[in-house]
Amino acid sequence: MYLYDAIDQRLVDERVRQFRGQTERFLAGKLSEDEFRALRLRNGLYIQRYAPMLRIAIPYGLLSTRQLRKLAEISRRYDRGYGHFSTRQNLQLNWPKLDQVPDILAELATVQMHAIQTSGNSFRNVTADHFAGVARDEIVDSFVWCEIIRQWSTFHPEFSFLPRKFKIALNGARADRVAVAVHDIGLHAVTDGRGEIGFKVLVGGGLGRAPIIGVVIREFLPWQHLLTYLEAILRVYNRSGRRDNIHKARIKILVKERGAERFRDEVEAEWALVKDGPATLIAEEVERVAARFTRPAYERLPDLDLGAIAVPGFKAWAKRNLHPHKMPGYAAVTLSLKKTGVPPGDVTAEQMEAIANLADRYSFGELRVSHEQNLVLADVRQSDLLTVWREARALGLATPNLGLLTNIIACPGGDFCALANAKSIPVAEAIQRRFDDLDYLHDIGELDLNISGCINACGHHHIGHIGILGVDKNGEEWYQIEIGGNQGEIRAGCKASLGKVLGPSFARAQVPDVIERLVECYLERRDSEAERFVDVVHRIGIEPFKERVYGSADQASAGRQRERAVA
Amino acid sequence: MAALIKHRQVVSESAPSPESHVLRLEPSDDPASVADKLAHVARVEVNFSKFGDGRGFSIGRLLRERYGYKGELRAIGHITRDHLFFMESVGFDAFELREGEDPHEALAAFDDFSESYQASPARPQPLFRRRP
Repeated sequence: MYLYDAIDQRLVDERVRQFRGQTERFLAGKLSEDEFRALRLRNGLYIQRYAPMLRIAIPYGLLSTRQLRKLAEISRRYDRGYGHFSTRQNLQLNWPKLDQVPDILAELATVQMHAIQTSGNSFRNVTADHFAGVARDEIVDSFVWCEIIRQWSTFHPEFSFLPRKFKIALNGARADRVAVAVHDIGLHAVTDGRGEIGFKVLVGGGLGRAPIIGVVIREFLPWQHLLTYLEAILRVYNRSGRRDNIHKARIKILVKERGAERFRDEVEAEWALVKDGPATLIAEEVERVAARFTRPAYERLPDLDLGAIAVPGFKAWAKRNLHPHKMPGYAAVTLSLKKTGVPPGDVTAEQMEAIANLADRYSFGELRVSHEQNLVLADVRQSDLLTVWREARALGLATPNLGLLTNIIACPGGDFCALANAKSIPVAEAIQRRFDDLDYLHDIGELDLNISGCINACGHHHIGHIGILGVDKNGEEWYQIEIGGNQGEIRAGCKASLGKVLGPSFARAQVPDVIERLVECYLERRDSEAERFVDVVHRIGIEPFKERVYGSADQASAGRQRERAVA
Repeated sequence: MAALIKHRQVVSESAPSPESHVLRLEPSDDPASVADKLAHVARVEVNFSKFGDGRGFSIGRLLRERYGYKGELRAIGHITRDHLFFMESVGFDAFELREGEDPHEALAAFDDFSESYQASPARPQPLFRRRP
């Protein structure tokens, strides 16, 4: 954990006071609906379908058990006893009361937490690798750099009223586990020929209604210049980004309209004027931030042969839910929040407390939220794994499906969200029920399946190997399916890509059948077990899948006609 | 007449400045285009035409940092107390609040925050170069 110093704490306390004042002024009629909307949103407070929704920041997904216990307490006292972990690694409460939100924020501040800039046209939580600090392929510790960016982007006086929301992802490892290419800015740590640390800078990626893969505007930015370069990008965006149309206001549209070359030239020209200015980073600051992170006191341990543990069920879990650790004798454990029948990412207050107990006993009192909506105990002794597995299983958190089809990413969808066209949660559940045979699931191998309830794409459907999008047709819920998306270069050679739409959409009841047909088609076509679903789609294209789902071309066009007749 | 705050005090403007001494910039204007006029004006006004339009923050900062403007920098338009801390940070020293906003109550907003992580005209060094 990064531990606040007195100034960090004061700023969070001051925000609580400020937001309490804004809420009181709104309730007293001194702020208009529109004004208060802009102010409450930048504090994570939405007015949703049934009630307000409060999004609590979990910077770069890192949590202490003290914080998790506080979240459990808050969800019980101010909400309905559960919370939802989102794809931005934050926690959402679905039922708080508007006038109690300042009190919730005051509670959060006691454990160095807040809801600052979790929504609105401002900088959002920086996406980080959930294996930061422990992964074997790490170049830099992402958390340190994410915290530096968190501070720079918190209450930025020049950039607090941007044209639209702004999402930065930072990847410190060789494998891209944060989807750098689909963020407004993606930063990928690299070293130059002399071993100097820097960042490759991508800009203009994003999902939503105009999904696009970001472009590299700088191959190597020395770390000292990180903040001045960000400042240059943001200044160009703040001044030139479109403000006339909310759907064209993201930086990706500016980059597209300008053209990547010209956009880069503008950024470089602006940077030339601020480069080496006071915001240039110094080694002392990087060291100061790094030193404020608590670090596990690892023991010297031998690596164990986990394959020798012949306990039924453990092997499948160990194969899927463990990640190799840089320290011998340790492993990173993913606790799955994807149990069939539970909305993806949802946890009850009781589970939060039980998870906190697990993390205290087995993982140095810390845990991480992954953008796939699971929780990670990053520093578990291998000798404790069997016990952790047993305890996690008893809590319903040991579904052995990491990387598999049922590890579904889904937004809250039409069950909660006012923006949604269709429900996500029942679709996820129906698919999980259809694919309940674990052997079959493992045979299918790695497959990311993502569901969004509307075009805003909170469920990241564009970058699922299979993506499902809820659409509205004359007030009915339909589902469009795309295939071939990929969140990022997790393994070399398979770059980030956006899915392609298969064809006409389906009724909810048809979705599990369609997924089944796609999987069958894949199994018939794959060269070997090593060739994943997405690899096959990239190799042979979507046509064979389309045919399998819609039948021959004639049938497909008949289907379209039927659909038009319905629509 | 909208309420006016100057240097953290509520004031009433006695006589309007002659127009030739006032430069007014709209959100889409480029401050570079007026750089050579800055030495001859008594006041620069920057219009914040909408509550959430943040272009004026960049304009203010550039006028101070890049073009060395030292005179009165006034924020006008759809402004409430919620903007004041940031506006002062980027170099504004005069503020015309929107209709209905009480300027005396608004003064407290300059102290909404006691620190700022970033470098800005109000704090030329970022916090990380000043931390004790």
